Amino acid sequence: MPSFVKNPKDFLAGLLFIVVSAMFAFGDVDLPIGTAFRMGPGYFPMILCIILAALGIAIMTNGIRVEGEAIKNFTWRGLLNIVLPIVFFGATLRGLGFVFALGITVFAVSTASLHFHWRTALINTVTLVFFGWLIFIWGLGLPIQVWGPWVGGY
Amino acid sequence: MGFEQALSLLNLFYCFLGVLLGTLVGVLPGLGPVATIAMLLPITFQLPPTSALIMLAGIYYGAQYGGSTTAILINLPGESSSVVTAIDGYKLARQGRAGFALFTAAIGSFFAGTVATFLIAGFAPPLAAVALSFGPAEYFSLMVLGLAASVALAHGSLIKAVAMVILGLLLGTIGQDLYTGTPRFTFGMTELADGLEFIALVMGLFGIGEIIRNLEDESERNVFAQKVASLIPSWAEFKSTIKPILRGTSLGTFLGILPGGGAMLSSFAAYSLEKRIAKDPSRFGKGAIEGVAAPEAANNAGAQTSFIPMLTLGIPSNPVMALMIGAMIIQGIQPGPNVITEKPELFWGLIASMWVGNVMLLVLNLPMIGMWVKFLTVPYHVLFPGIIAVCCIGVYSVSNNAFDVYTMAFFGVVGYVLVKLDCEPAPMILGFVIGKMLEEYLRRAMLLSRGDPLVFFQRPISAVLLILAIAALVLVLIPSVSKKREEAFRE
Repeated sequence: MPSFVKNPKDFLAGLLFIVVSAMFAFGDVDLPIGTAFRMGPGYFPMILCIILAALGIAIMTNGIRVEGEAIKNFTWRGLLNIVLPIVFFGATLRGLGFVFALGITVFAVSTASLHFHWRTALINTVTLVFFGWLIFIWGLGLPIQVWGPWVGGY
Repeated sequence: MGFEQALSLLNLFYCFLGVLLGTLVGVLPGLGPVATIAMLLPITFQLPPTSALIMLAGIYYGAQYGGSTTAILINLPGESSSVVTAIDGYKLARQGRAGFALFTAAIGSFFAGTVATFLIAGFAPPLAAVALSFGPAEYFSLMVLGLAASVALAHGSLIKAVAMVILGLLLGTIGQDLYTGTPRFTFGMTELADGLEFIALVMGLFGIGEIIRNLEDESERNVFAQKVASLIPSWAEFKSTIKPILRGTSLGTFLGILPGGGAMLSSFAAYSLEKRIAKDPSRFGKGAIEGVAAPEAANNAGAQTSFIPMLTLGIPSNPVMALMIGAMIIQGIQPGPNVITEKPELFWGLIASMWVGNVMLLVLNLPMIGMWVKFLTVPYHVLFPGIIAVCCIGVYSVSNNAFDVYTMAFFGVVGYVLVKLDCEPAPMILGFVIGKMLEEYLRRAMLLSRGDPLVFFQRPISAVLLILAIAALVLVLIPSVSKKREEAFRE
């Protein structure tokens, strides 16, 4: 954090709100605004963008003016080891099928914990895949292939 | 008619399932009712509407019971609304009076639940009748009031909470425009044409984001579960809990009805009230039974009365109610004042089930306390992969679409980052749910008034609601009030 930032939480939160409002404003440019009487699809979002940007600036200014605590304990390990396996699940469920997609995902997210041990994680994975199959596919009949085409299913 | 519905074998079963699951997630720290209800929402497609709502409601108030067990026995809130219960409850447990604390929590919750159920039955129908006369201007103002109150009652910075509401409203505008069908903010992704998937959003923010946050600090928890000795307290002990329970119940029922209220706010407020009126405030924090009785009664009362605005006006007062509205929409029921007259079996069945559910919870939580304590010995690193597995499958099954899984992952990151920046995600969820309705009513009201924004102040009910909304925000900004607000949320 640059030294003029006294409260990084407020500074970054304000920045985030400004960026989001800018993104929506960018998408709003193509939409017909209309009038207050007959509002077009772009009218309501436009008002929101303006308010959000104003609030974002106010929050960011706060972050420069008022002292605050730093961000503590941000865990990249937790973040990446949880989110990437979930994306993997979405990407491979059709190809690998339920057993492998879920199994690999569950095993991979287990590594996010400091208490990770491959044996407990493996047992946990097998149990979860079995019960997942039992409840969701056998029990509730969700239309998900058990074995996908990549592993010899059809 | 309500009991007929609630006591049918099918609904009894789902009520039981709901309160059982609710107690379980209440007991387990790191898994709250919001994430659980979001996970189960896709499954409720298959159920009849009444059963679905009965089960989901059971999870919410069941979690209020379960949360106290964890708070008392291991000094960890099993559920966010039990944070204050841990303060004195755990001290009581250390003094060997865990049984007394658990008994008080359960009885307080039961009493509060009973009172709240009757209140809903008494107040909801007349309120809905009033709401039937509302036009678009009134609805718009009512929603603004709801959002303003939820901001005023959220903890943390006011301005950030307002920004979060606006952010939620903006996210709600993604997808096709209601009037013209123009796609908005889809950035070329056809999957966004119907808007962001609500379930994916909630699971990401409250399920995945929460897991990542829990992984920051993995210190082992010590279950303080030597034998829970006698549960039944002496008469003198019991008598000392009656007044706090009554106070907690009345405070909770009131705060539950307010938009933005609900279980958590009620318990915090009840605790500070007890501390304020106690003859000897220094006992608090050292094992005062009032510090268990009042917040536990209040959180259950608040959890249940927060159904009133949802059932009568179709306006959610907290994220759980937003999910209940989602469940209704999934079932093809239009939430609003018409629910009571058009679907009386659903309305009365749900209310009667709450009382039945509270009886079940009393049985589940008192004699079977030992079983729940066992669940506490499951370590978190074994538990969380299972939660993720259910989230993944659940969110995929909503529309058999990998895009929803990505959305969930994305909002998992967003949720975590927002919490790290001290931005509460709850107001954002409310904004998201209300967004589409708010815009629709705004546009309709403006059409009717020929573009004159003064219409919101010319119609008396609408004007009163808007003034209340402004008052709620201004009040929080007054220094003395804002100081008290901070006090209430500390500890």
